[in-house]
Amino acid sequence: MTGTPAGAEAASRATAAGPFDGPAIETHELRKQFGRIVALAGLTMTVRRGEVFGFLGPNGAGKTTAVKLLLGLSRPTGGEGRVLGSPMGDVATRRRIGYLPELFRYQSWMTAREVLALHCELARLDRVSWHGEIVAALALVGLADRSNDRVETFSKGMQQRLGLAVALLGRPELVVLDEPTSALDPVGRQDVREIIGSLRSRSVTVFLNSHLLTEVERVCDRVAIVDRGRVVAELGMAELLDEGGVRVRVSGLTGAASIAGRFGPTRVEGEWLAVDSITDQRVPALVSELVAHGGFVHAVVPARRTLEERFLSLLGAAPDVAPDVTPDVAPDGGPGGEAGVAVGRSSDPGARP
Amino acid sequence: MNGGAVFVIARLTLREAFRRRLLWALVGLTVLLVAATGWLFGKAAELTPLEGGAQQLVLSQLLVMIAFMFSFVLTMTAAFAAAPAIGPEIENGLLLAVLARPVRRSDVLLGRWVGLAIVLVGYSLAAGYLELAVVALMSGYLPVDPMVAPLYLAAEALVLLTLALVFSTRIAPVASGSIAVVGFGLAWMGGIAGGIGDYLDNDSLRTAGTIAHLILPSDTLWRGAMFALEPPPDVLAAAGAQARIFTVSPFFAGTPPPLTWLAWCAAWIVAALVIGNLLLRRREL
Repeated sequence: MTGTPAGAEAASRATAAGPFDGPAIETHELRKQFGRIVALAGLTMTVRRGEVFGFLGPNGAGKTTAVKLLLGLSRPTGGEGRVLGSPMGDVATRRRIGYLPELFRYQSWMTAREVLALHCELARLDRVSWHGEIVAALALVGLADRSNDRVETFSKGMQQRLGLAVALLGRPELVVLDEPTSALDPVGRQDVREIIGSLRSRSVTVFLNSHLLTEVERVCDRVAIVDRGRVVAELGMAELLDEGGVRVRVSGLTGAASIAGRFGPTRVEGEWLAVDSITDQRVPALVSELVAHGGFVHAVVPARRTLEERFLSLLGAAPDVAPDVTPDVAPDGGPGGEAGVAVGRSSDPGARP
Repeated sequence: MNGGAVFVIARLTLREAFRRRLLWALVGLTVLLVAATGWLFGKAAELTPLEGGAQQLVLSQLLVMIAFMFSFVLTMTAAFAAAPAIGPEIENGLLLAVLARPVRRSDVLLGRWVGLAIVLVGYSLAAGYLELAVVALMSGYLPVDPMVAPLYLAAEALVLLTLALVFSTRIAPVASGSIAVVGFGLAWMGGIAGGIGDYLDNDSLRTAGTIAHLILPSDTLWRGAMFALEPPPDVLAAAGAQARIFTVSPFFAGTPPPLTWLAWCAAWIVAALVIGNLLLRRREL
């Protein structure tokens, strides 16, 4: 329950990167003010090398401002940050970064190939490598057959694909994607997920700024959730979604809930028992106990929330969906078995009783 | 500043001018202009009742007026080309992808300036020399310094290009273009005021002209172009009283601009680019 394969892989890669490499991105109390408007109130976060890092937050939370600060496109009014070991905005370091802006726009009078050649030149790539880089990038984003067409003939989605190709030129160590699928159809979104997966497999750090939570949930190793310019949570995806409990499907045992209740707050959900706050180490004991009392255990699964549920609960915009449960009074079996289970609310003032 | 990036942006600007058919439009208009002035000068030389120095004086005034129109075309071209060169590219996001590369904002500003300057200077010189050749061919009139006049016009266009580009870092293209065009007009009027001040020996008018030349030195260069397009001094002397009438004309320059003023023009361009860079650096993307 303490990590998905993706999360474990990222952790392993981060360790393998070694102490000399340091984090890909590190900010401390980064602040940005536009006149009296505070866009970032003090952003502190760390993005490890080789991980896919999701940067989430509601509209106006300061996500794009943070991205611009990291890339040196805007100057902070306070705090500090380092990207790939150099101060934010370091011109030489930008050679090692790929960037797809949220507001993507490329020279409409150029062909896709010419746009990529321009960025090869701006990124100071070796001229001998341009052809290979351009062909590979176009193929990766599915624009190989439109390489000689002018950008002005491209749909919005194709321009975003081109932007992604631009960001991938020169094998960057860090790829910053600001809402990379905003103009894409479901097929395009799937393609982007695959591209991010291939970047992960090459140990490229991906900083993904997105408000599409399902997208983030599928591809990210860790996330930071920002609200009003501050990080309100920064943790691994598994850690974020894991409720710290299990759901057990058990039959043939009256009083199963009472037995499970000794391991943690328990509620009955039809044939399932939801046991909260149980550690990984105690799960085998729970199963043994249920079996010892004559129960048939059909399934044991970790309890998880969706990212959306967790996101909303962290922002205080929705009830924390993990209810408080009194563990020891619920009788087993049937719909009526939930009698006596107390469901409370953690934070929402408008909660149901 | 990164010379490589400046070069890339300058080349990009040149390619854009070709692709967007800016140069082709200018070439087409120039062919029309040259054909029309060739016909006009042929007729003027044929029909004028004057001869010798007096005829040369009339033809020179005609040429100066055409040069003034040409300088206005150059001003408009500079304004239209430079005003949308920076600001709109920030607003529509085009510069975000460029500036995320190892490229400084000063590289973009300077690259844009170099690219547009090559277009404008190249066009000014080509069209200017062609025009003078056609005038000489059709009317026989050869000004005092035909090789220098188009250089002054090109330099004047550079001043106005710089003005429009600097303002384009902070304000909308319509506004920055308008400032360049109106600035051209005001500087010209300031120059006329200064000329009248000289003629009448009036300090207020003279000072107004000096201030106008300091703020926007385009008229200094225009006066250099006018002087270069006038007849040689011996022809003016031969024209006698008729020549003196022209000295109060806004289309007459008695002397070429002093070297100090030409140095000020160069310094003004450099200073304006430095200010433009500061403005661009402080702009939020």
